[in-house]
Amino acid sequence: METIITDLRIALARDVDTAFPELVRARQHSVYSGVLRIVRNPHDAADITQDTFIRAYRALSGYDPQRIRELKLEGWLWTIAVNLCRNRGRSRAPVPSEIPDRADPRTGTEDEALERAGRLVWEDRLAALPAPQRTAVVLRHVVGLSYDEIASATSRPVGTTKTDVHRGIARLRKMLEAEAA
Amino acid sequence: MTEIENALRELSTDAPDHIYANVMAGTGLWDEYAVFSGPTEPVYVAWNPRGVTACVPVSVVGDDGTFEERHPRPARLAEAVPGSVATPLGRALETGRLGRLSVDIGALGEFQQKVLRKCAEIPPGEIRPYGWIASEIGNPGAVRAVGTALGRNPIPILIPCHRVVRTDGRIGNYAYGPQMKWDLLESEGLDPTAIEVQARRGIRYLGSDTTHIYCFPTCSHARRITDHHRVGFRTADDAEQSGYRACLVCRPAA
Repeated sequence: METIITDLRIALARDVDTAFPELVRARQHSVYSGVLRIVRNPHDAADITQDTFIRAYRALSGYDPQRIRELKLEGWLWTIAVNLCRNRGRSRAPVPSEIPDRADPRTGTEDEALERAGRLVWEDRLAALPAPQRTAVVLRHVVGLSYDEIASATSRPVGTTKTDVHRGIARLRKMLEAEAA
Repeated sequence: MTEIENALRELSTDAPDHIYANVMAGTGLWDEYAVFSGPTEPVYVAWNPRGVTACVPVSVVGDDGTFEERHPRPARLAEAVPGSVATPLGRALETGRLGRLSVDIGALGEFQQKVLRKCAEIPPGEIRPYGWIASEIGNPGAVRAVGTALGRNPIPILIPCHRVVRTDGRIGNYAYGPQMKWDLLESEGLDPTAIEVQARRGIRYLGSDTTHIYCFPTCSHARRITDHHRVGFRTADDAEQSGYRACLVCRPAA
């Protein structure tokens, strides 16, 4: 994954217009997944994902090649996405997740239905976390960012980021235990 | 610990298909297009965030697939036309002037850009010879090159290359055939037959014997001259030697 990103950075530094579609193809799923778990609403998640890439394109078009080569692409992309999630949160009351994610469990196979039900339970648990912990946990464990990348994406110190992730996980574990009891 | 981490990893999912296409359109890496009603027939118009990139009569391309195939950039049929395009575009198609409509011709050669921008200054219902554009852009010798540049106009109708005619005053050719050029000029209130008749008689300029100013025949000032004050000239020199000066609006001296 790291090699792909390095190659992309070189390609973007050479010519943004040619390499940018590859960046979108390589990163749209992880950006969408993370954003969806942060904002919950699929419609908002799609909007924010699109907006993230469109803003990234505009910024990259104005950067000189040296700056693009030195860019920490992953953390940088998430800085844009996290900001957009935050702005959306401010302008809108939280919305419970809805169709198509909460689709009719009777469609599809039984396994799919179970899987979907399992995902919903986890979404609800994540939603119960305070926003900074939820964002940190999602970026660390759904998206797979490093603590450094999370720190730069959320503009918080690395130490705080680690604390957020650990406290978030601990809280999730407590929820599991409480549910089991 | 690992159980939680695994469950969280399972929460990653595929982005819906429309995200990629929307990003490509939103960045302008892809154009979007739609059909609009034009002055004589419906037209395909393509645009991106920088401006309009193409305008083609529907009768020339036929269907969406052919339009996309011939369009020089990737393009998709627009789901909705943004107001920032729809409003100025509707007005431009209705009035025959670009107005506030942006055009994206930055990828074309510098000479062709100059030719197209100059062409866009010609008001609806008026015509200018190729040589006028050549001298207005500071290249009086480049009359043929102007013809070639206009023949490859990617945004005809909106950039009105149909308003540019032969130096002898005859209507001349058009990328989509001379008939369409006649129809477009007619839709702007001109009488192509009368223009051809006048050109064959060798009249290329009209002057007023009260103001002693001469114009291109379709200049709004020339059309105000009453019949018995109207004087025809074959060349600008003839007019100048008769003591007439060139109109400051249509600048016919070229």
